[in-house]
Amino acid sequence: MNKSATQDPSIIKTVQFEVLRYNPEGNEAPRLQNYSVPVIRGMTVLDGLNWIKEHLDSSLSWRSSCRMGICGSCGMFINGLPRLACNNQIVHLHSDRVTVKPLPNYDIIRDLVPDLEGLFEKHRSVKPYLIRKDTEEQEKPTGEFFQSQQELLNYIQFAYCIKCGLCMSACPTVATSENYAGPQPLTAGWRYCADSRDEGLQERQEVLYSSYGVYRCHFAGACSQVCPKGVDPALAIQLLKKDAFLRSFGFGKKKKAGPVLPPVRDWTPGGKIPEAPAKTVPRKTE
Amino acid sequence: MQQRLKNRLGIMGWLGGGRYGMDRYAYALHRITGLGILAYFIMHIIVTGQRTGGVERWESTMAFFGSTPFKIGEFLVVLAFAFHAVNGLRLIFVELGWWIGKPGTPSFPYTYSTLRHRPLFIVFMVVAAVLMIIGGVDFYFVLK
Amino acid sequence: MRESRLWFWHILSAAVILVLLGIHMGIMHLGELLHMAGIGSGDPVDSSQVFGRSRQAVFMITYILLLGAGLFHGLYGLRSMFFELSLSKSLEKLVGGVLAVAGIALFLYGSYVAIVVYQMNGV
Ligand code: HEM
Ligand code: HEM
Ligand code: SF4
Ligand code: FES
Repeated sequence: MNKSATQDPSIIKTVQFEVLRYNPEGNEAPRLQNYSVPVIRGMTVLDGLNWIKEHLDSSLSWRSSCRMGICGSCGMFINGLPRLACNNQIVHLHSDRVTVKPLPNYDIIRDLVPDLEGLFEKHRSVKPYLIRKDTEEQEKPTGEFFQSQQELLNYIQFAYCIKCGLCMSACPTVATSENYAGPQPLTAGWRYCADSRDEGLQERQEVLYSSYGVYRCHFAGACSQVCPKGVDPALAIQLLKKDAFLRSFGFGKKKKAGPVLPPVRDWTPGGKIPEAPAKTVPRKTE
Repeated sequence: MQQRLKNRLGIMGWLGGGRYGMDRYAYALHRITGLGILAYFIMHIIVTGQRTGGVERWESTMAFFGSTPFKIGEFLVVLAFAFHAVNGLRLIFVELGWWIGKPGTPSFPYTYSTLRHRPLFIVFMVVAAVLMIIGGVDFYFVLK
Repeated sequence: MRESRLWFWHILSAAVILVLLGIHMGIMHLGELLHMAGIGSGDPVDSSQVFGRSRQAVFMITYILLLGAGLFHGLYGLRSMFFELSLSKSLEKLVGGVLAVAGIALFLYGSYVAIVVYQMNGV
């Protein structure tokens, strides 16, 4: 271990990282490799991996980008739960051993890199965009689609999803089923079906309510527990079941999308950008 | 050639595989008890079919199934039933959107459906436990 | 959608079972306690009790209902699990078919038993 590092007074403690290594080129079986990592205040698991890569082992691979819990690339199985590596501080794990494995239920590409392609494909299969009868209006808008604050609340929570795929790792059905749509795609489906501007239920129905759809969910609730954005996929899926149930008795969501409002005053679509107002404070450089 | 490594948890993933909340274990138990009761039920249909043979056949059947190991097996069905029925009633409501709250705007620390539902979950589990205890008391007298 | 319909029946049958099986289990497994409280006469699987019940129309009818609801509920649950195992489409079809046939056969047999015993004379 780096000697000067242990003497640094800002180091709180040293933890053992136990990282799963898998090399797709060799014929070796995956194995756990140990690294000791000095921890300073505020250091995340992702920082720990970076430290290993910089000081101990440049061959270690994983995926990350924003390091602030918004891009959804750094999902890993850390100390018994699927979590974002950048979103969890090492000291908050309350353990001197940090076990990092790739997210379960996805194929492993290398080390900690899961293959999320299946997730994205299923996400696409629910048509996660506004579907409307007035496609003309969508292509060449003459105004804006009306939506009240109350209507926004019906789906905004589900729009927070960053497609990190942690929920799919936690889901027991996904553990055996390649076909089950899964918490993330179903939630994305409901995010649009619950949108008052949308009329796409008919088109999404055959995915959402197929034999690989919402009824393969048994409310184990693990998806909602691990979601780093508070999206609550379990809630969305039960709301999908409720919606189908109510509709089968003739209740539930109206079929027609909300109205198109006339354009905001003094604004023409694709029109000129208005002049900036006159400066009130002189610029420093001037 | 690069090879992907399969990493699905498989059937063991139904039973656990992480530090998950109690709902996930209730799910596993609901599965196991459901399967157990189903297996019993199928045998049960065959066994109670012996009634067509009249009193004699019924009594010889019951003489066979009346021994203590079978009684204990039946008691396990009672326990499984108590859990599956009470938890199942809970699931009927939950899966139709009751008792898990409404969507809102998420703000940290997040609240979510299973957490909001937790107090009721515990109430239902207590009811299941009480039913099991009542069944157990009866079973105690049966064995006596 | 077909799956929606099947699942609604799964839930509906659960509600029916809850009531009917609740009573059935009460009779079969609280016998000792009920006897102490002055209801019933102990051993519920004693032949006089069993045939006494079986020859009442209420029991015959509720047993047939319970058979149907229980078999549909349990076998759909089992089918659910098979459908979560990444089987091939043809294997899934086969499983669905086998479970449906098994369910119908057991239902017919059980109903036949309930009706025959209901019409039986003398204990
Ligand atoms: C006593 C009343 C009962 C109630 C209220 C009840 C309720 C339920 C509910 C709501 C589900 C769906 C759970 C989900 O979606 O995950 C379910 C599943 C199931 N039930 Fe029942 N049930 C009852 C009795 C039975 C009986 C008597 C059997 C056996 C014949 C049975 C076997 C099953 C099976 C095998 C499943 C599938 C479990 C799974 O997929 O995880 N249940 N039950
Ligand atoms: C474990 C405890 C159980 C005991 C001791 C028990 C006992 C019996 C007995 C003695 C009968 C004959 C009819 C009678 O006496 O009235 C019967 C019939 C029946 N039981 Fe149960 N039972 C049990 C559990 C169950 C369960 C869990 C189910 C459902 C899933 C069930 C469903 C039925 C049905 C449908 C019949 C009528 C069968 C027919 O007429 O073909 N029983 N039971
Ligand atoms: S629902 Fe949550 S856990 Fe699932 S992909 Fe979206 S952000 Fe990640
Ligand atoms: S690196 Fe972007 S979410 Fe962790």
